[in-house]
Amino acid sequence: MKPEELLYTKTHEWVHVATDGEGNKIATVGLDRFALDALTDLVFLDLPEVGRSVEAGQPFGEVESVKAVSDLNSPADGEVVEVNAGLPDKLESLPDDPYGEGWMIKVKVTDESSLGRLLDHAAYQKLCEEEA
Amino acid sequence: MASEPARTPLYEWHVANGGKMVDFAGWSMPTHYTSIVQEHNATRGAVGMTDISHMGRLRFEGPGVAVFLAELLTRRVADLGLGQIRYSLVTNDEGGILDDVLVGRYHNAYGQPYYVMVVNASNRAKIVAWIERHLTPERASRRGHEIVWNDISSIFAMFAIQGPRSAELIQPLVDVDLGLMKYYRGEQVRILHPVAKRQGGLLSRTGYTGEDGFELVLGADIAPAVWEKLLELGKPLGAVPTGIACRDTLRLEAGMPLYGHELSEQINPLQAGLSFACHLKGYNFPGRDALVEIEKNPLPTVRIGLELSSRRVAREGAAIYAGDRRVGEVTSGTFSPTLERPIAMGYIESEFSTPGTDLVVDIRGHRESARIVPLPFYRRPTQGGTK
Repeated sequence: MKPEELLYTKTHEWVHVATDGEGNKIATVGLDRFALDALTDLVFLDLPEVGRSVEAGQPFGEVESVKAVSDLNSPADGEVVEVNAGLPDKLESLPDDPYGEGWMIKVKVTDESSLGRLLDHAAYQKLCEEEA
Repeated sequence: MASEPARTPLYEWHVANGGKMVDFAGWSMPTHYTSIVQEHNATRGAVGMTDISHMGRLRFEGPGVAVFLAELLTRRVADLGLGQIRYSLVTNDEGGILDDVLVGRYHNAYGQPYYVMVVNASNRAKIVAWIERHLTPERASRRGHEIVWNDISSIFAMFAIQGPRSAELIQPLVDVDLGLMKYYRGEQVRILHPVAKRQGGLLSRTGYTGEDGFELVLGADIAPAVWEKLLELGKPLGAVPTGIACRDTLRLEAGMPLYGHELSEQINPLQAGLSFACHLKGYNFPGRDALVEIEKNPLPTVRIGLELSSRRVAREGAAIYAGDRRVGEVTSGTFSPTLERPIAMGYIESEFSTPGTDLVVDIRGHRESARIVPLPFYRRPTQGGTK
């Protein structure tokens, strides 16, 4: 996936929204490069179980680096339907492909209006420039 | 303090070379340039060079200095030989730690002795005020015991050059034989670089990483050119610039306390495991009487090292439990790049402080098992024959 085509949270998760066969919105979530560059040296990733319900702006997991621990926040209200379970064991490769192999969870969105707060790439770039 | 953070003489260099700048103790300092782990490993394996110009440097001279320092510091310094350096503490009247410092005795080009005290950046103003309180103008001008002292921090820069190849790196730039410089020794050296124009610097075999290494104090005006020269000479040796983030992981592995974490005015040197730095007999520094009293009883809490078995890092503030009972708290923790597991230091009730004791740390609601281990976590393979 190309960063330009993704949506973003203010806490640096990227989001790709697609529609499944039953018309459900499925949000794929990962951590943006800006956050990975700031954290550096990842050592631990805690992802949720499939079936857990998540809330927009609330933590679904944690990522820990040598420097600090950060919450991973859900972009939408919904339920976790898929988890990239192998990712915690190959964290060193996460920065190589954060928007592809580095996806973390897929959320079946239960309240589409919760997606409305996400930023498009241009708005997100502006946020990153302000924070840099 | 909402004012702009201060800048070291290397500030422009850090920014131009990818340093991730943060406000640290009122100074704009680079946390890292590439990655904390890379910089950490470079220091353990070759050389890491850190700008530590933010640290405070106080210079004392005059016939009364040795006696005055003995009245100020917890550790005997009156018998310091030329070029000798000691780790000491400054305590308040209750025996709480105001700062931990290095004091060295040097001779200038005219053979006059002087002392340099290196203090933590975060404590510089406090220590300067503490000295002003004890070294009144009358005290400083007592006939035959005069003392002149200055805060020389801003006119000098300071580099930590740490790692097994640091002597090899520095040798071409100084006029003394580093093979003869022992650990915790220092010397006024001439810097062999055109920009230095016969300017001297203070070079000591000291550090905060657990490796062999040096600290160099030199004029702020020549610091950037010498820094770049060192990096150029160091390239074939594997030397890299290192930020303050790996300075923290390195000192943690080496079991060294950090002020504001393991040390504070609420902590005394005995519980911090620093009784080696306190000479209580025959001395009368502030806090001495309090420490004599504290020494008579068992210490309620003591500093310990913890190793964790999971990969979740126990950081400052995490509570330590023995069963359901809260028995201590983590004061610093990180993921150790050398040991590849989380390590932490903290304070714990003395009865649980024996190495091998199994405990639990509450990390953001996750109960992770931890074990008390002896400090340091890491000891370098050889002492380089310098100790």
